[in-house]
Amino acid sequence: MSFGEGDAQARDHARNTADAVARRSYGKLVAFLAARTRDVAAAEDALSEAFAAALADWPRKGCPENPEGWLLTVARRKVIDMYRGRRRHEIAAEQLKIMAEGLDAAATVAEIPDQRLALMFACAHPAIDASIRAPLILQVVLGLDAKTIASAFLMSPAAVGKRLVRAKDKIRQAGIPFSVPERGELPGRLDTVLDAIYAAFAEGWIDAAGMDMARRDLTEEAMFLARLVTELLPAEPEALGLLALMLHAEARRHARRNRHGDYVPLAEQDPALWDSQMIDEAEALLRRASVLGSIGRYQLEGALQSAHVYRCRTGHANWAEVVQLYDALLALAGSPVVAINRALAIAEVHGASAGLAAMQEVAADVRLAEYQPFWAARAELLAKTGAQAEASHAYEIAIGLERDASVRRFLQLRQSALAPWPPR
Amino acid sequence: MQYLLMIHAEEGGWNKLTKAEQEQGMAAYTAYTEALKKSGVLKSSNRLQPSSASTTVRVANGKPQVLDGPYVESKEQIGGYYLIDVADLDAAISWASRCPGASHGVVEVRPIWSMAA
Repeated sequence: MSFGEGDAQARDHARNTADAVARRSYGKLVAFLAARTRDVAAAEDALSEAFAAALADWPRKGCPENPEGWLLTVARRKVIDMYRGRRRHEIAAEQLKIMAEGLDAAATVAEIPDQRLALMFACAHPAIDASIRAPLILQVVLGLDAKTIASAFLMSPAAVGKRLVRAKDKIRQAGIPFSVPERGELPGRLDTVLDAIYAAFAEGWIDAAGMDMARRDLTEEAMFLARLVTELLPAEPEALGLLALMLHAEARRHARRNRHGDYVPLAEQDPALWDSQMIDEAEALLRRASVLGSIGRYQLEGALQSAHVYRCRTGHANWAEVVQLYDALLALAGSPVVAINRALAIAEVHGASAGLAAMQEVAADVRLAEYQPFWAARAELLAKTGAQAEASHAYEIAIGLERDASVRRFLQLRQSALAPWPPR
Repeated sequence: MQYLLMIHAEEGGWNKLTKAEQEQGMAAYTAYTEALKKSGVLKSSNRLQPSSASTTVRVANGKPQVLDGPYVESKEQIGGYYLIDVADLDAAISWASRCPGASHGVVEVRPIWSMAA
């Protein structure tokens, strides 16, 4: 069988249209299909079959004017077929009827109700294992495959695949609702959604330099999700705070490496390399959040970023303010990681010994034994107090724990810049 | 959806309470059961005899083996259950959190396998 030029063009056009729909509406279609049955896996399967049908059909008959509506109609039929087949015992006839109703009144993309937020709340439900919430959202809202997610989270693809299946089973079997929680419950439940999105963002960070091509960075996806939440819940200050925090971090991405690919710490970055448009947007978001009258972890972290940017741009030392923000953050969401950063800020105000003393308060936390930034921070402060041997030892541990080669090189440089030990 | 709320609690706990505390505890369960009934979600509920009254049975090689005591020996045992019919897991969790058992023990929320249609 041979294809003429026209056939090839029709196929390309069909594929491009399908790709565009997938980028634009994947999560919306899954959310709509799964909302009634709570069966996310069935919705995904039906949608992927609908996409396959589109790639077979559209080159011959031309792309429909309303591709979302076309895909939705096909996918809904597939869902109904699936239920008639294998899952009859699990779903009431009434639900099948609801699914079938209005089947042919194909909705345009604007008419499909946006239930992505409800889908995210289901994926980040407290009854779902916390560590699989971010992968689950990335898969069902954005359509990422288990392999891509596994690589970003440094997990085995098979294990991620299995855990995703288990989580989707749990949503269906336990009857986890597809709904945005009531006003009173919303802040607590929203936290779990924001935490999942932040986890996706933070995992993307580890390879900020893009040195390791096999690992995919998920920062763009995480920012898309955070933006989506702020669009659907525009008056939730913590959602605004999270987006601001991400924008601030992302704005400095290109300044974080020099042209040799070496790591550049914040204090040595050139502010001219920062993306000022992103910084402006972040600042505007933080201002919007601040008038909503409820402070939270992400707003404080966003404010810290804002304070760092101000200091580096103006040269005006604002460490006392930074310590205050860390105090508030520690009181709100005490974590050893916050305590370390607070100790570094204290060292800027009261000297390295005071910083080390503050760090000593959390040093016993077992979680820190394998946390690279703890050892790097400790090494830096020790070096400033003149404890060269101890500093060198702390750098040694930090280097051993780091997985990014350019950060490792940076730490090695710092270590070798210490006064020689043992003294010669 | 139907959910079974299983109350896991320390068995010796009840006898350690004073008479007044026991009465207070009973009253709390009565009020809780009444609230479930009023809102029309209660299908059934029962308090169970202590696990020392339990007997386990299994058939091995065609012969029933009968053992005295509960299946799992543990300080915590199921002391009672509520079968409720509510919209979704959130509603079930909300009822479970009101159960007095959630304060003196743990309430496990388990969906019923629906055989409908």
